[in-house]
Amino acid sequence: MTTRQRVGLRVRVDPVACDAYGYCAELLPERVSLDEWGYPIVDGTPVSSELVALATRAAAECPRRAVLLEQVMVAR
Amino acid sequence: MSATTLDVNHRLLTVSPSDASRDASASGLDDHVATHGALAVPARDDPGWTAAIQRAVSESGLLGRGGAGFPSAIKWDAVRRGGRRPMVVVNAMEGEPASAKDKVLLGCSPHLVLDGAEVAAAVVGASDIVVCVADDAGSTAASVQAAIAERERAGAAGRQISVERPPGRYVSGEESALVEWLNDRQALPTLRIDKSVPLSIGRRPVLVHNAETLSQVALIARHGPEWFRRLGTPEAPGSTLVTVTGAVRSPGVLEVELGTPVGEIVSRAGFVGELSGLLLGGYGGAWLDPSHLSTLYAPGPLRAAGATLGVGIVVALPATSCGIAETARIVRYMAGESAGQCGPCVFGLAAIAEDFELLGSGRGVAGVLERIEGRAAAVDGRGACRHPDGVVRLATTALAVFAEDARAHAQGRPCPGHRAPSVLTFPAATVRGRRAS
Ligand code: SF4
Ligand code: SF4
Repeated sequence: MTTRQRVGLRVRVDPVACDAYGYCAELLPERVSLDEWGYPIVDGTPVSSELVALATRAAAECPRRAVLLEQVMVAR
Repeated sequence: MSATTLDVNHRLLTVSPSDASRDASASGLDDHVATHGALAVPARDDPGWTAAIQRAVSESGLLGRGGAGFPSAIKWDAVRRGGRRPMVVVNAMEGEPASAKDKVLLGCSPHLVLDGAEVAAAVVGASDIVVCVADDAGSTAASVQAAIAERERAGAAGRQISVERPPGRYVSGEESALVEWLNDRQALPTLRIDKSVPLSIGRRPVLVHNAETLSQVALIARHGPEWFRRLGTPEAPGSTLVTVTGAVRSPGVLEVELGTPVGEIVSRAGFVGELSGLLLGGYGGAWLDPSHLSTLYAPGPLRAAGATLGVGIVVALPATSCGIAETARIVRYMAGESAGQCGPCVFGLAAIAEDFELLGSGRGVAGVLERIEGRAAAVDGRGACRHPDGVVRLATTALAVFAEDARAHAQGRPCPGHRAPSVLTFPAATVRGRRAS
């Protein structure tokens, strides 16, 4: 076990809760784009450390609390 | 574990469906025991027995028959680990309009399914079993109720077994939707982030198994894993139930050995004439080219062909039918069956259905093929459940298998078959079933 790992964050959207407000795409365009109906298309690659703050804000500001941050193990 | 004299092809369907409906006692407990032998399930926790059964099911290589094809033995561990007393849920919802296997199985051999449920319950330490039958499948529920009453009279009911009747909608049978219903909420799927965490009713973990899977468990508990593996392939052992419809003389449910060529399955159902395509798995399944009649009916070979076993459906589309027009009907139906919770599913499927209907009409619409492909890719994987993914697979495989027809339709030259009546089954329009609040 020599590969060093750290905890990373991955953005997910609960499609049941989401009502297409679109704030998430505005706050985190690096990971979220919107489809033709205004619903978020999420890129699930873990966010880099510079983006953690924005991802956390996107989760906090989603009016439907539909933005979820999932912890995943990533290589350092 | 007694020796068996069963016809190898009829482990589950030992009573023909027509006999069962003619004579209500055909599925009785005495006949069941005479056919399959008695099965003693310990009423209390019995570590030796539990270990033996778990070993038998794990060695049998049984894959769940509900669509996901998950090894049954693994599911049990997750539920056993949960602290509180688990519950066993028998999923006999059969939301797929083209499927009849749950109805036939529970009509002919309800005791086999209940035996399997008791075995699973004993293994995970559950004290009650709930059998879920859709509210529009009255005779199936009656058959299960009769079997439960018979077991109670015979003193053979080790655990509390009850029947629940969730709404008969396409997605109600999805595991998480079923559990929502049992939690007194609407039968709608929920997003499951970590699928290794078992679903729960209240705070009790739930083990959900498809009815056919449990009937196989009941046989493995009696006859052992070697017996089970005598049929099927090493990767996909045993027999399975398939509903065959379309261009066949005797549409209905067959029990087939896994690994049987698809062509042999449709022949057994009385295939006549020429094919334009094969629909495998269900309405959220995949179209295959007729050359796949030689493909073996088992998860591996079907996966290689781009299809899955799904819920055990084979539709043989006759050459006189139009695969594009038929697909348009299925996509429209599936769009209507969206549980209406997730934007990409609600709007995406409706848009794809509209495009597919345009294509099916053969009026010739520039760019419609590209639009379907683009929207299919956009919607894939973006619902809380896999409903949209199935529609995407159906739509994209239709465009591939019926590529020439699709192009001709898009250019305003539809094939003659597009006006032919549908060979597919759709349920009569129903009001969306909601739990009264
Ligand atoms: S902010 Fe929330 S509600 Fe709005 S689109 Fe994003 S996930 Fe959906
Ligand atoms: S994906 Fe569709 S069917 Fe599944 S929960 Fe969402 S809206 Fe319902």
